[in-house]
Amino acid sequence: MIPSAFDYVAASSVQEAVQVLSQAGEDAKVLAGGQSLVPVLRLRLATPTTLVDLNKISELRGVREDGDAIVVGAMTTHHDVINNELIAEHAALLALATLTVGDPQIRHRGTFGGALVHADPAGDLLAPAVALDCEMVIVGPSGRRTVPAGEFFVDLFTTAVGPDELLVEVRIPKKTGWGAHYEKFNRVAQAWSIVGVAAVVWTEGGSIAQARVALTNMGATPVRAVGVEQALIGQPASAATIRAAAEHAADGTSPTSDGSADADYREHLARVLTGRAVAAAAGVGGWRA
Amino acid sequence: MTTTAQPATSEFGRARKRKEDARLITGRTRWTDNITLPGMLHLAMVRSPFASATITGIDIEAAKQLPGVIAVYTGADLDAEQSGLPCVFPINADATPPRHVSIASDTVRFAGEIVVVVVARSAAAAKDAADAIQVDYDPLEPVLDMAAALTDSTVVHPDYGSNKWAFFSLDSAAADTGGNADEAIAAAEADPDSIVVKRRFRQQRLIPAFMEPRSIVVDPTGEQLTMWSSTQVPHIVKTMTALCLGLPEHKIRVIAPDVGGGFGGKLQVIPEEFLSVLVARRIGKPVKWTETRSESMVSGHHGRDQIQDITIAAKKDGMVTALKGELTADMGAYLGLLSPACPPFGGFILPAIYKIPAYKFTCTDVFTNKTWTDAYRGAGRPEATFAIERIMDELAVELGRDPLELREQNWIQNDEFPYTNAAGLIYDSGNYEAATARAKELFDYDGLRAEQRRRREVNDSLQLGIGISTYTEVCGLAPSRLLGALGASAGGWEHASIRMLATGKVEVVTGTSPHGQGHETAWSQLIAHKLGVPFEDVEVLHGDTQSSSKGLDTYGSRSLVVGGIAVVNAADKVIEKARKVAAHLLECSEQDLQFHSGKFIIKGTDRSTTIQEVAFATFTSHNFPEGMEPSLDSDATFDPENFSFPHGTHFCAAEVDTETGWVKIRSYVCVDDVGTVVNPLIVEGQIHGGLAQGIAQALFEEAVHDENGTLVTGTLADYLVPSAADLPSFTTDRTVTPATSNPLGVKGVGEAGTIASTPAVVNAVLDAVRHLGVTNIDMPCSPQRVWRAVQSARGAVKSTSEHATEAAAGGGLGSIDAQQGGAE
Repeated sequence: MIPSAFDYVAASSVQEAVQVLSQAGEDAKVLAGGQSLVPVLRLRLATPTTLVDLNKISELRGVREDGDAIVVGAMTTHHDVINNELIAEHAALLALATLTVGDPQIRHRGTFGGALVHADPAGDLLAPAVALDCEMVIVGPSGRRTVPAGEFFVDLFTTAVGPDELLVEVRIPKKTGWGAHYEKFNRVAQAWSIVGVAAVVWTEGGSIAQARVALTNMGATPVRAVGVEQALIGQPASAATIRAAAEHAADGTSPTSDGSADADYREHLARVLTGRAVAAAAGVGGWRA
Repeated sequence: MTTTAQPATSEFGRARKRKEDARLITGRTRWTDNITLPGMLHLAMVRSPFASATITGIDIEAAKQLPGVIAVYTGADLDAEQSGLPCVFPINADATPPRHVSIASDTVRFAGEIVVVVVARSAAAAKDAADAIQVDYDPLEPVLDMAAALTDSTVVHPDYGSNKWAFFSLDSAAADTGGNADEAIAAAEADPDSIVVKRRFRQQRLIPAFMEPRSIVVDPTGEQLTMWSSTQVPHIVKTMTALCLGLPEHKIRVIAPDVGGGFGGKLQVIPEEFLSVLVARRIGKPVKWTETRSESMVSGHHGRDQIQDITIAAKKDGMVTALKGELTADMGAYLGLLSPACPPFGGFILPAIYKIPAYKFTCTDVFTNKTWTDAYRGAGRPEATFAIERIMDELAVELGRDPLELREQNWIQNDEFPYTNAAGLIYDSGNYEAATARAKELFDYDGLRAEQRRRREVNDSLQLGIGISTYTEVCGLAPSRLLGALGASAGGWEHASIRMLATGKVEVVTGTSPHGQGHETAWSQLIAHKLGVPFEDVEVLHGDTQSSSKGLDTYGSRSLVVGGIAVVNAADKVIEKARKVAAHLLECSEQDLQFHSGKFIIKGTDRSTTIQEVAFATFTSHNFPEGMEPSLDSDATFDPENFSFPHGTHFCAAEVDTETGWVKIRSYVCVDDVGTVVNPLIVEGQIHGGLAQGIAQALFEEAVHDENGTLVTGTLADYLVPSAADLPSFTTDRTVTPATSNPLGVKGVGEAGTIASTPAVVNAVLDAVRHLGVTNIDMPCSPQRVWRAVQSARGAVKSTSEHATEAAAGGGLGSIDAQQGGAE
């Protein structure tokens, strides 16, 4: 498989990358880890005229603490996310979800920001970003702006990032001490999610005080399971509560039918997996009775 | 009987690591695509996106203007020279196979068929030019479904006039190997003490998915036209290129360098080989074609794709009285090298390990507008084994019997060998009792049955199933006279040559053509064992028709049982020649010499000479026996008297998550009997890989076409080849019942794991949910299929009970049970 010809620019700074993107226009593509883009190029499903490589911009890598948030650089690899202590402590959901991405080779090359901007509805990091209320920091010719994760994903493979903009970092509000779980359902280890559920839960005195649940691949963009959250909050952290709440998981979703699952099966999976994800996040045992 | 117990030398039976692996694993090797010749040009193919269409126009002008483009050829340019691709086993003796073109001229018959060949200075330029070619099609209604094909309302090959290519049958009454199956089934239907079970099984279409894409380099500039090809069958490619394209055979050299997997997918003479020859010859320069994975998925031949209607009759005490298998097999759009013969081949082994008093098998090969099918690991035998092992489970269910006990009641006992099966095959040896006993022990059959009961009692959402496959298969292709009787165009012998070099080193030339099997290691072990030379002193040459002048290549688990025997027979000839020389050198009679561990010793003395000394003396020939030609080199061609019949018992324990349909293989135990073993590590590797491929058919892989005949599982993201992460750790063991049909007692092992494992897994999945009312799940048993089967079984149970209306009313209204009842 041979991509069609393109110009290649290895940007050395965010400013340079943005400048090149502004000049190249719609036919430019940004190369992060390349784990999604390169296959698309090789299949000639995309034929950009310019490729802007971000791999030499070291400021885009790494995780830091910033008050009540942690900040993950867009070019931080999946491997580094999984092994980062700040993420483990304050955003464990992200590490758990990232562990399910691809295989070790892919996780060493693929990046957090790249996966988010690619916005594959079956990608596993979109729902966690929504569940964690991430703020996406975008830089373009007119400067820096911040978009909440809930508004970041616009459509299939489409985000709020404009053609001359870059996602530079993701601010994650700390969820220290929250229970977290990512429940992924796929047919083989190397396949995309059929459905995934990201859940974080704050329990107090045996009750669910706060809950955030988001779904992977239940629509063109990640879906907050608001009905589930509302049914959980203020209720005892019990199997019965969770089971009842999970029944709302598919409410308002619009899953697709494809070769691996029909829409009604996805809706069913969303309910079953939501129950499992919330139970695991809330530490409610004996789920399978 | 020529039974040989496992010879106890240091080499025979030794678990050596493979000598070829260092270069293969580190990439220090030459795959075809690594070969670069001076002035070499690159080919790219334009393929039809339509399953059935008339070509109304091809615009190549823009492509020809692109930089680096040398030539663009359409079917019109090449048709006069292209002849047709060969089918050597047509099964239908009454007709000529429809012409199998390498490049279409006016009609395309499957999505993926070549319509234009581009020649350019680089692969990238060739690809750019291919993208710039405009082909206009007038799409026709494709024939995609076998049932529709059988009606002949639309025919794939109008010149042939029907979609039904061949009808093959086996009948034990006609062959005098048993009674009349139709009569026995009719009698059973009328007999209150008998039972008849009929089931339809679907063998989904699979894609061989070898790791190395196919690649070809053709150099027309020498006296011999040389073709490198990533093929399993360089000798067959050479002969067929000569026969089909009219090149003199002695002017062609075919080389299969290191080849990265085949599984039958490279047991083919492919359009791209012929087109590479035609184009290279026209332009007078070397050309290379290497396929992309996407091309491989649509244009490399597919496997399986059958509908199996199976009927079994038995007495209520469990004794089987008749078996009938009626197959419809999808050939796709054309007949490949062996396409028509693969499904019928299964008919010989459908009776499997059982004593079947009356047997009938029929197979109808039909054309459709899909990629053509041909051999894929097991070629007919996995399908047959699936059918018999599934129907034995169904019979057990109908009779309320333990499926293992029922098998035991009907299988051929150890003291009944040799045994002629209902299809006329003579099983030389087998010990089903021993393999099963060992497998039961390793599996904890009784313990798992107890756990299964407990899970059923508490209505656990995770149910446990146990699947059994007590298989035998027929391999080691093949006795030439039998192939001839079945209408094949070639024999089944194999050839080997041994060259004793001056310094005592040995070159072994084999006609087999390894593509991952480890022949270099195993053949070196055979030679070290026979000649007593160090393992490291043996070089195995293969895959080049210039060094290996005779051979029939590698497929059908034949390499050791046919090719390996040729190697040891040639070694015996070397020893006999060397004995004469040794006797001359030691001034004794040949009868006084004992050959052991590479030394000729005068019995009862300490006087000896080594095979290396004899080799050097032969090289100098200064002092040589009168009348003997100065050479130890020897050839042997071995034609087996019978096939090889490995067997074994496989157990699978599968957990089914009834809430999601997810299947997890909890444990997999197999005890295989492949006779004596040259290298246990290689055998283990073959079994593991075979299991993975058989399990893949049960749970993961399926080539799916849409209603237009477009392959929608066209990438490895959609066509789910499992990795180690998706498979359990296998528990494997062996029993050793030596084959009596060859002097080493060996049996084939390359396909056994694949043949055996698929029904074990599906039987386990069904066993887990059978009590819920599920009777069948098509392969692959995807989570959605399993979940729907459970749902519809629960729905069916409810609708026949007094709660029927309640279930309908409750659909979607709250409780999980009601919701599940109402889903669909």
